[in-house]
Amino acid sequence: MKSMFLAFLTIVLVGFAADYGLHRAGFSSQEMTSGPAVRVN
Amino acid sequence: MKNIARGASAPRAISLGVMVEMIGRGIGMDMRKIFIVLIAIIGLGLPAVAADAQENMVQDSRAATGGAQTLADILARQSGQKMDDSFRSDALGTPENAASSTNQLGTLGGVSDPELWRALRYGKADVNVSSHGLPDAVIIQDSGMDWLTFRHGPLSQYGGNLLLGVIAALAVFYALRGKIRIDGERTGRTILRFKAIERFAHWLLAGSFVVLALTGLMMVFGRLVIIPLMGKESFAAAAAVGKWSHNNFSWAFMVALVLVTIFWLAQNIPNRHDLKWLAMAGGMFSKGAHPPAKKFNAGQKLIFWGVLVLGFSISASGLSLMFPFQLPMFGATFAKINAIGLPELMGFAALPEALMPHQEMQLAILWHGIVAFVFMAIIIAHIYLGSVGMEGAFDAMGTGEVDEQWAKEHHGLWYEEVTGKSAHDDHAPVKPAE
Repeated sequence: MKSMFLAFLTIVLVGFAADYGLHRAGFSSQEMTSGPAVRVN
Repeated sequence: MKNIARGASAPRAISLGVMVEMIGRGIGMDMRKIFIVLIAIIGLGLPAVAADAQENMVQDSRAATGGAQTLADILARQSGQKMDDSFRSDALGTPENAASSTNQLGTLGGVSDPELWRALRYGKADVNVSSHGLPDAVIIQDSGMDWLTFRHGPLSQYGGNLLLGVIAALAVFYALRGKIRIDGERTGRTILRFKAIERFAHWLLAGSFVVLALTGLMMVFGRLVIIPLMGKESFAAAAAVGKWSHNNFSWAFMVALVLVTIFWLAQNIPNRHDLKWLAMAGGMFSKGAHPPAKKFNAGQKLIFWGVLVLGFSISASGLSLMFPFQLPMFGATFAKINAIGLPELMGFAALPEALMPHQEMQLAILWHGIVAFVFMAIIIAHIYLGSVGMEGAFDAMGTGEVDEQWAKEHHGLWYEEVTGKSAHDDHAPVKPAE
C-alpha cells in the first residue's frame, strides 16, 4: 500500500510544482494572449 | 353563344389529335407509341425545367429582397439544412466604388455598417487589436451556439446516461453473479504480481484519473445539477478549486500514462489465448470456468489499449485546452483525415480544414468530453472488477502479492511461467523463461 500512498502524494506535489513552474515560465493565458495596453485585472 | 364557344374550342382539340395522328401515320407509328414517346420526353425534361424555374424563383425572390435572405433561406435554416449564405458573406461593400463621404448618400470609408458587421462576422475584416494573438482579432463567431447546444444537449445527456447505464449494469451483474470467488482453497503462499514501481505508476494514473473525472463532471454538470443543490456562491468556490485541480493534476496523469505504456506494452500484445478467453467471456458468467491467460488476460488487454488510446487522445485535447489557441489540433487532423478520403468513403462531405481559433477550442472541449465519458465508463467497470467484483484482485495492486490459487485460476499460464509448476493437473508445466 506504500506505493499507492506515495503515488497519491506525488500527484499533489506534481500538481503544485506544475502550477508554480508554468506561472514562472510565463505560460499563463494572461501572459500569452494579452499585451501592456490591455488591462485584465 | 354556347354553340359559338363550343365551335371555337373544338377545332383546336381536334387539330392537336389530328396532327399527332398525321405524324404517326407519316412515320409509321400508332397513337399509343407516340404518346409513350411524348410522356418520356416530358418526363426527362421536366426536372431540368423545374430546377431552372426554382433557381429563377430564388434569384427572383433574392432580387425582390434586395439581395437579402429569402423565405427559402429562412425555412432551410430553420429546418437545419445547410444554406448558401455567400449572398451575405460576400456582400462586404466595395470602398473604391462607393459614393464619396461628402456625397449625400456616401458612407464613411465607403462601407456601410451592415457590410462592416458582416465582415466581422465572417472573419473577413482587417482587425487590429491592442492585445496580441490571432484569437483576439475575432470579434464575432457564431459557431459558439452549436458548441453550447451540443454541450448542454447530447454530450451531457448521452454521457450521463452512459455512466448511469454502466453502473446499473454492474449492479445487475453483481446481483446475479455475486462476487467472483476463488474456487479452490487459498494456499497461503503468495507470488509477486506487480513490482513497487508498477504499482506506483498504476496508482499515479488511477488517483489522478479519479480527480480528473470528478472535477470534469463538476464542470459539465455544475450548472445543471450542483448549483441547484448548493447554490451559486458555494459552487463558484468549489468550481475554482476543481478547475485548478483539473489543470494541475493532469500532469501526473500524463506522466503515469507514459510509465504504464513502458511497463506493460509488451505484455499486452494480443496472442492466441485471448480468443479462447473472449469466447468464454473470461469465465465471468460461470463458476469454475478459468480460461488460460498470461500476465494479462484479454479483458485486461482491452482495458489497457482503451486506456492508452483514450488517454493519449484526451491528453492531446487537454493540452490544447490548457494552452488556449496555442496548440490547435483539429484543422490539421481534419486535413489528414480528408487526405486519406475517409469522409468520402463514408458518404460525408470533406471536413473543414480552415477553422477559426475559437472553433478549434470548441471542438477540443467537445472531443475532450466525449472521450472522457467513454473513458469513465470503461474505468468504472475496471474499478468494479478490481475491488468488490473479484476476490483477491485488489491484492495485485495493493501489496503486489497474490495468492497462488488466485494466480492459477485467473492467470494460469503466467503462474506456470513464474513458478515452473503446473497450474492444472491435466497438463505438464511450462518451462520457465531463462
